[in-house]
Parts: sequence; C-alpha cells; structure tokens
Amino acid sequence: MKLTAYTRFSGCGAKLGPGVLEQALCGLAQPAYPELLADFSGSEDAGLFRLGPHQALVQTVDFFPPIVDDPYLFGRIAAANALSDLYAMGARPITALALVCHPLKALGMEPLKAMLEGGLAALTEAGCALLGGHSIEDPEPKLGYAVTGLVDPDRAWRNNTLEPGGKLLLTKPIGTGLVNMALRAECASPAAQAAAETAMATLNKAAAQVLAGFRVQACTDVTGFGLAGHAAEMALGDRCGLSLCMAQVPLLPEVQDYAAMGLIPEGTYRNREGRLKFLRGDLSPANLDLLFDPQTSGGLLAALPAAEADAALAALHAAGVPAWIIGETGGAPGFVQVV
Amino acid sequence: MSPTCRSLDARGLPCPQPVILARKALAEGGFDTLEITVDDAASRENLLKFGAYAKCQVEAVDEGGLTRIRLSPQGFTPASALTEACPLPEGSSGGGPVEVVLLSADGIGQGDPELARLLMRGFVYTLTEAERVPRRLLLMNSGVKLAVEGSESLANLQKLEARGVEVLACGTCLEFFGLTSRLAVGGSTNMYEIAGHLMEGPTLSLG
Repeated sequence: MKLTAYTRFSGCGAKLGPGVLEQALCGLAQPAYPELLADFSGSEDAGLFRLGPHQALVQTVDFFPPIVDDPYLFGRIAAANALSDLYAMGARPITALALVCHPLKALGMEPLKAMLEGGLAALTEAGCALLGGHSIEDPEPKLGYAVTGLVDPDRAWRNNTLEPGGKLLLTKPIGTGLVNMALRAECASPAAQAAAETAMATLNKAAAQVLAGFRVQACTDVTGFGLAGHAAEMALGDRCGLSLCMAQVPLLPEVQDYAAMGLIPEGTYRNREGRLKFLRGDLSPANLDLLFDPQTSGGLLAALPAAEADAALAALHAAGVPAWIIGETGGAPGFVQVV
Repeated sequence: MSPTCRSLDARGLPCPQPVILARKALAEGGFDTLEITVDDAASRENLLKFGAYAKCQVEAVDEGGLTRIRLSPQGFTPASALTEACPLPEGSSGGGPVEVVLLSADGIGQGDPELARLLMRGFVYTLTEAERVPRRLLLMNSGVKLAVEGSESLANLQKLEARGVEVLACGTCLEFFGLTSRLAVGGSTNMYEIAGHLMEGPTLSLG
C-alpha cells in the first residue's frame, strides 16, 4: 500500500499559495476583542488570546495529505508539524484535536489506526493531551491536529520582531518537498529519504526548550511557504529585514540533483509567485528552487542577538538538535537579501 | 530519413508525472524529438529543467494555455543524466553486473564543482573498497584528469589497476588538455576501442 499514491499534493506542499490566501483574507475583519493578541490578520504562526495577565492561549491547526507511505510515520509527522507552530511561539502544548479524512473503502482500517498511533506517540512526547477529533470519509487521505498551548504573552516569540545585529538560526535542513517529489518519481536515494523522514518526524520541542534559555528576538517555523517565504514574514517588522547566506543553508542529501532534474513541487512555484517580490540579491533559479521548496514539519528559524548566537548553537548541538547559523538580521525592513 | 517524433500528452498530470514520463521515453529512445504537451506552468518549467539536465536541445511552444515541450537528445545523452541520480525502475540498465565503468568528467553531476569533485574522489575510493570491481575503467573528456600526475584519485586508480581493472584514458582527450605526457596510470586508447568496450556488456556511466 502506498499512501502517497492517493494524493495529488503532499504535506505542506498542498497549502494554498500565499498570494491566494492574502486575497481571500483581504477585507475580512472581526470585532476588536480586548483579549485578542494575534489573529489571521497578521502572519503569526498561531493565534494568541489572553486568559490572564501572564497567560495566553495559543491555537493553531494544520492538516495535509500523506507525505510518506508509512502510516505510522505520517501520523508522527502530522502531529510534529502541527505542534511546531506552538513551539515557534515559545508556547507549551497542552491539548490537541485530530482532523481525519480517510478513504475507508480503498485503504481499510489498518493504516488509519497506525496513523493515529503515530500521531499520538508524537503528542505524548510533547506532553500534549489528545482530547478528541473529527473524521470524514474522503477519497484523499488527510490527517492533522488542532493544537492548543499556553504562553506568557509578554514572552511569546513573534515572527516579525527582528532587531538589527542579530543572527539567524535554523534547526532542520531544508528540501523535504524535493525529496518527496523524488520519492514519487521512485528515485529518492535511501539516504535522502531517511534524512527527510528523520527531520520531519522530529519535534521542535528540544529546539524550543534550548532557545528559551536565550534572548530570542523573533522566531517562526519553516513550513509550506518555504525558507524564503517564512523569512519574508519575519522581515515584515518595522526595524529591519534579514539576509540569508545560501552557502550556510543546510540541505537534505541530493536535493540539488532533484531540483536540476525538474522534480520540483508545484508549491515551490506558487510560493515563488507570492513572495519573490520580497527577495533581493542572488536569485538564481538554483537558489529559488531551494528557498521556496515547501517544507513539511520544518525546523525553527530564530533570530538571536549576535553575541548569544554561538552559545545558542553550542547548546542546541549539546541537546542533540542539529542547528546552523544561516544569516543575519539587518537591511531594509520588508526584504530578504540572498547572498 | 526524416526526423521522427514521439508525442506524449501530460495535460492534467500533477508534478512530477510529466517529468517521469519524459524520462522513461528518453531512456527508451527510438525517436529524434520527444514532444510533451502540458497545461500548467510548474510542469512546463520542470520539463525545461529536465531537458537541460538530460542534455537535450529544448524548445517550448506556448499556445492557448498549452505548452508543447520538444526535447531532442543530442547524439549521446549521458546515461548519468537519466540514471545516476535516479535509477530507472526496470530493464533499462541491461542487467547483470557492471563490466565497464565510464567516467566522462573529473566530477560527478552538475552544480557545485567542488561537490562534484568530492563525489568523484569518493566514488573512485569506494570502488577500491568494493567487493566486486569492473573489468575496465574508461576515462573520457575531463575524466582523464583523474589519471594524471597530481590527481587526488591517482593512488586509488593505481589500487584498482593492481586489483586487475584495466584503466584506459581517451588519447584525444589527454591531447586536448595537454596531459598526454603526464598520464600516470593505465594506458591511452582511441574511440574505436572505447566504443567497442562500451558495447561489450553492462556499463555504468558517471560524470
């Protein structure tokens, strides 16, 4: 059984392009609730709603079609991906609800059970209680979670609060979209497949816990819009933009080969269309194919004061979290400089 | 003989299906031009990339929301372009253990030359450690640079020779790079012999 054979798009690559979403949300407004700290009108990783002076609810939902064929692993990845938005805000996950679309006739009960087991394993690792969920019969399988966390709103990491003089850290290599395409073309190398699966199934929990010991200027997680798309959201603050150093950006094995062969997800082109206007510098096709590759359950992208960056990197490595310094903050607000 | 064309309709197919179809058709061969019709921008760009990767002459004709991509293999489409990063599923590699390894560059793959160089060095080293070695190692184009004085793969090629592998460098290529007098392992050969060896049995081409 090949789960991915039932899907047209995979993982976060199935996301609507940023351009489409902006148009759809344009003009949509709701009352100014006093407790509402962040909603869909911004580009935060999750919504924020104040419960008390030092406590806010953080809520987010994410679901997508299978990106791997192993249902248990897909469940893990779906949960890790949903939880990632909470970690990106510095929040502690508390509860989750499952969203399930399943072609019962075509696939039967077994893979559904395995998916939910994989998801629950990841939620348990996060210390996040599964309260329930909702399922529907659908020709295309999909799984995801609505997750809730808690955070002190004054200490929550936002994504557009960059300050000049910072360094950017990334905690997972990029290229999951390209590896997925190569898998579909039955030509991903075992090394690339294994590295992508490991990256996607890993919670951003340890990374967030380590980063919490440092002065995080801003943080987001890298998912469907690709590294450049999410970096562009970070650059939207009013203090400064950022620059990405391509030579430092960690890549999954062989993804440049896959890109050169034309195994590029449609999501890459949608992302490029929506966000290319925020990029400056070396915008070669080879760079853009990597920078806009839609990531599923990608790493945290965090900005720290330069003076703390090396110590944070060492602490992440000591905690077993792969991490790389891939750029710095600075330059004109609103722009991502690619060097 | 007039040029032959094979047509494929890849309209409505999600990525990477159009590229998979094109790759399969190119590997099968038997035509001068492959024409693939697609109806979305992503498939169009992906096929243009694939055509360049497979060393084809590439042409795109856009009309009325459709694009016809024409890929014309240029004589020798390197087997590596079709099979190295991405082995073809069945029956296209001839079967049986590899008899001849053709290295047609001093690096493996396109893109970053430093990475290509490291991969080639690693490949030659790995061959020396392999349980089974090929009968012959053919070096063409910049691949001949691997066998000259100062090459970082020289010692490994000598090890392979000691294990019974016949190392042969293309004489024309050595001459072209002005390296004829610096060949430090194996012998020099000509296109007649190279073509003969390549037709002998299962061949692996890298470069």
